[in-house]
Amino acid sequence: MRIYHYWFALWGIVFRELLRFVKQKERFLSALVRPLIWLFVFAAGFRAALGIAIIPPYETYILYEVYITPGLIGMIQLFNGMQSSLSMVYDREMGSMRILLVSPLPRWYLLMSKLLAGVFVSILQVYVFLAIAWFYEIQAPLEGYLWLLPALMLSGLMLGALGLLLSSFIKQLENFAGVMNFVIFPMFFMSTALYPLWKLQESSAWLYKLAEYNPFSQAVEFLRFAMYAQYNQQAFIYTAVAFALFFILAMIGYNPSKGMMKGKGR
Amino acid sequence: MAQKLALQITDLNFSYGNKQVLHDLTFTVAAGQCCIFLGPNGAGKSTLFSLITRLYAHKQGDIHLAGFNIHKQPLKALAQLGVVFQQTTLDLDLSVQQNLRYHAALQGMSRKKANLGIQEQLERLGMYERRKEVVRQLNGGHRRRVEIARALMHKPGVLLLDEPTVGLDAPSRHAIVKHVHQLVQDGDLAVLWATHLMDEIYASDKVVLIHQGAVKAEGAVTDIIQQAQTDNINDAFFKLTLGKG
Repeated sequence: MRIYHYWFALWGIVFRELLRFVKQKERFLSALVRPLIWLFVFAAGFRAALGIAIIPPYETYILYEVYITPGLIGMIQLFNGMQSSLSMVYDREMGSMRILLVSPLPRWYLLMSKLLAGVFVSILQVYVFLAIAWFYEIQAPLEGYLWLLPALMLSGLMLGALGLLLSSFIKQLENFAGVMNFVIFPMFFMSTALYPLWKLQESSAWLYKLAEYNPFSQAVEFLRFAMYAQYNQQAFIYTAVAFALFFILAMIGYNPSKGMMKGKGR
Repeated sequence: MAQKLALQITDLNFSYGNKQVLHDLTFTVAAGQCCIFLGPNGAGKSTLFSLITRLYAHKQGDIHLAGFNIHKQPLKALAQLGVVFQQTTLDLDLSVQQNLRYHAALQGMSRKKANLGIQEQLERLGMYERRKEVVRQLNGGHRRRVEIARALMHKPGVLLLDEPTVGLDAPSRHAIVKHVHQLVQDGDLAVLWATHLMDEIYASDKVVLIHQGAVKAEGAVTDIIQQAQTDNINDAFFKLTLGKG
C-alpha cells in the first residue's frame, strides 16, 4: 500500500465531512448558538452569583464569562464528537459506513481519518466562536490562540474517540437519545467547565472527585491553560491517555470479529 | 487453458449466534464470468456479501479474491473488489461527482485519475451530464447507475452486486442487467450478482443456486435445468428451493 493512498483517503474523508458540514447550515448554526447562549445569557446571569478566586492560569480576578469560555470550547467539541458519532450510527444504518469500511486501508486508519475529519470541523467552530467572543471582550493573549490549536486537536480527538466508542456499541439511531442524558449532560455538568474544582469541593466531596477524574474536566483544563499560552502537563497526560483508551476500545468495537459484530457471526 | 479464478469460496460456514446460516459453501467465479447467486429471501446471500467485504468475520472456511486470502491479505483482497450493496450507500446531500470523488480518494486515486474514471464510467452509463446533480434529485434507477459507476472506478477484478435492481421499475432493471452483462463481455471483470429474480439471468451466465445457506445446484443455466429435470430456470428454482415443480 503506497503512502499517497493514505493521504488521498484522509483528504477525501476530511473533505466529505467539510462538505456535509457546509451543506448542513443548521448544524453549524446550532453548534455556534449553543455556546453563545451560555456565554451571553447563562454566564452573564451567574456573574454575580459566582465569585472566582485567582487560580492558575489566571493572574488576576476574572469575569465568570472568561472562566467558562474554555468550558464552552470543550462543549463545542463534546457536542461535535457526539454529533460525529450520531452520524456514524446513521451512516451504518443507512449503509454509507460500508463504503468506508470496505476500502483497502487498515480499519484503524479509516476510523482515525474519520475522527480527524470531525476534529477539523470542531476546530473551525471553536475559532468562529472565539472570534465572536473577542468582540464580547473575552480576549486571550494572541499567542494563546496559537497554543490552542494543538490543544484543540488533542481534546477533539479524545472526545471524538469517545463518540466513536459509543457509536460502535449503539445499534440503532433511536438509542442515541440516551447518550444525551447519560453522557453529554453528566460529563459537562460534572466537570470544571462551569465551576472550578475548589468550588465543587466546598459543596460536595464526591462531586469533586467525579469532576476531578472526569476526562472532560482534564480536557477543559488543558484548553484553559493553552489559551493563556501555558502547558498543563497533568491535563495533557490525562487527556492523551483517555484518548488512547477510548480509541483502542472503539477499534475493538469496530473489529468485525468482536464488538460491533459481536454475537452476530461465527 | 485453465480459467483465472477471480473469486473462490471454500467450505465457508457462518452462524448468527446458534443459528447457522451458511453451510460448507463452496463455489468459484472465473475472470470474465457473470455468476448469478440465486436464492430466495433469507437464503444467506447478503450474509455471504458481508463476509466477502469483511464487514463480518468468518472463522471457518476461506475466501480468496484474485488469489488473495481475505483473512491473511485483506487490503490486497479488498483492492480487487467493487461493491453495490442492496441498500443505497450514496450520500444523498452530495452531488454525483462528489460521491464518486470520495470513493476515488478511499481507493487511493489522484484527483486527475478520479476525474478520468468518473468521466469514463458515467459516460458508459449515460450519466456524465448529470454529474453535478445532487443525488437526492435522482430517481432510484439513476442512483443505482451511479453506484455501479462508483464500484467500477478503481477497475476492480470482482464486482459484487447485492440485489441491485430491488425497487426499480422494469426499464431501469433492464438497463442495469444489460449494462452489467455488457461489462463482463467487454473484459476480464468477474461479477457475482445476488438475486431472486429469474429474468435477470442470461443464458451465458453461471448460476449458483443457494437455499437455507447451502449450495443446491451450480453450473450453466442448462445444467441447472437438467439437474432439476424441469423445462426452464424458473421451474428449476422452485423445484430446488421449495420442492415444487
